[in-house]
Amino acid sequence: MAYSTNEMMTVAAARRLKNDSVCFVGIGLPSKAANLARLTSSPDVVLIYESGPIGAKPSVLPLSIGDGELAETADTVVPTGEIFRYWLQGGRIDVGFLGAAQVDRFGNINTTVVGDYHQPKVRLPGAGGAPEIAGSAKSVLIILKQSARSFVDKLDFITSVGHGEGGDSRKRLGLPGAGPVGIITDLCIMEPEEGSHEFVVTALHPGVTREQVVAATGWAIRFADQVSTTAEPTAVELTALRDLEARTAAAHGQAPGEA
Amino acid sequence: MAEILALRDAVKRFVNDGDTVALEGFTHLIPTAAGHEIIRQGKKDLTLVRMTPDLIYDQLIGAGCARKLIFSWGGNPGVGSLHRLRDAVEKHWPQPLEIEEHSHADLANAYVAGASGLPFAVLRAYAGSDLPKVNPLIKTVTCPFTGEVLAAVPSVRPDVSVIHAQKADRKGNVLLWGILGVQKEAALAAKRCIVTVEEIVDDLNAPMNSCVLPTWALTAVCHVPGGAHPSYAHGYNQRDNRFYQAWDPIARDRGTFTAWIDEYIHGTADFSEFQAKLAAAQEAK
Repeated sequence: MAYSTNEMMTVAAARRLKNDSVCFVGIGLPSKAANLARLTSSPDVVLIYESGPIGAKPSVLPLSIGDGELAETADTVVPTGEIFRYWLQGGRIDVGFLGAAQVDRFGNINTTVVGDYHQPKVRLPGAGGAPEIAGSAKSVLIILKQSARSFVDKLDFITSVGHGEGGDSRKRLGLPGAGPVGIITDLCIMEPEEGSHEFVVTALHPGVTREQVVAATGWAIRFADQVSTTAEPTAVELTALRDLEARTAAAHGQAPGEA
Repeated sequence: MAEILALRDAVKRFVNDGDTVALEGFTHLIPTAAGHEIIRQGKKDLTLVRMTPDLIYDQLIGAGCARKLIFSWGGNPGVGSLHRLRDAVEKHWPQPLEIEEHSHADLANAYVAGASGLPFAVLRAYAGSDLPKVNPLIKTVTCPFTGEVLAAVPSVRPDVSVIHAQKADRKGNVLLWGILGVQKEAALAAKRCIVTVEEIVDDLNAPMNSCVLPTWALTAVCHVPGGAHPSYAHGYNQRDNRFYQAWDPIARDRGTFTAWIDEYIHGTADFSEFQAKLAAAQEAK
């Protein structure tokens, strides 16, 4: 089956979510990939949304973090304070699944401002739940489309920490979680290099060249010694994804937002 | 005991210029009607608090009601930016807006602390983030037992909190369900609390352990069916996703925004008139 680069990105991200894992899900691309995982390879994945649903099993993608569908299909709905206090800070989240406006080579995330904080060129929505998800989840996956504007050499603002300045930064900061273990884009998969914790390309999606990745990265991106090729989306994966998107469009009258 | 009042009277009596006001709602149960009434009555110099400011805060900010915003995520969910918030921050229109920015975990804990009568909240947060560099209220505290350094943030204690809920009884006891956000904490953290409800009934028939706010913990209860639109009240109405999309072009431009506020808020006497006007406009399309 023919597929788009966005579909490849979502499928590649969904494959990273293991069955039985407990996943704290951001809205937009992470929510799409997490639900695709639940509908394909990982039916027992537990999806937690910051608005309060635990074990949500939506049949259509939510447009907002607090859609009624999430509450109706959840095992339980708890207050937002409890989500952050008992479930995230309490150490019960295996994977934090985040989007971003910008990332750097250490997987640090900016969702706050472009330009100076006090005189911003672009004011972004802000932190939401991400800083503490990035800190406290046992591991973090990041999904976003790749371009030189989103993969930058230096972030104007670190909203949510990844591997900080690299090396043993996270240990020195006393962060409980292991931090980002993968960045999944429409071109490739990056993983932190052992020791430096700098993200390097470990897999290219089919048909993508190294030159394309270099051109779409704002720092001097490096490639791992062994770079694999991502397996193409299977018919099962693509059908599940397209059905999910069709159900979502029919229910909402619009595609799910990426915001 | 909460008084059962018209929303107009509740806002007139309990929301003052210069107050710190939290209109809470986490996508669900957003108290839009109360926000409109605050604009209609021209309240000003408000410090607005909310984890997730969305359209109603865009309207309050663009209409010039706010001096300061305390928040953790400001956007139009599933659509994009809040253009009035951005214009106020980036270009100081219609007036400068001071912002005090936190994370969700921080503000959720800060509401819990407020409801608990504590001066600050403690949480494991912000290590490695730049937010403490731009918000001097984010400090640290050392655990006296383990030596762990944790984040300390001031509790949220609004002058008035406003929430929307499904039901009240005739005494003013309030029942809400579905996605609860931080509404219970916001209600109990505030000096005064106004609740708008979908309906007022003889008996709440609340199952044990339900989220019930007792009348004696509230200030005013107002009957405003559909008062969370374009948000929703679980079991009563659906989220109006199209309005969230329609808001984007209205708010993008100062002129179209001001015309919208003049026509739909200042040009209507109350929320039911607003709803009728909006329905007529949507039908004409």
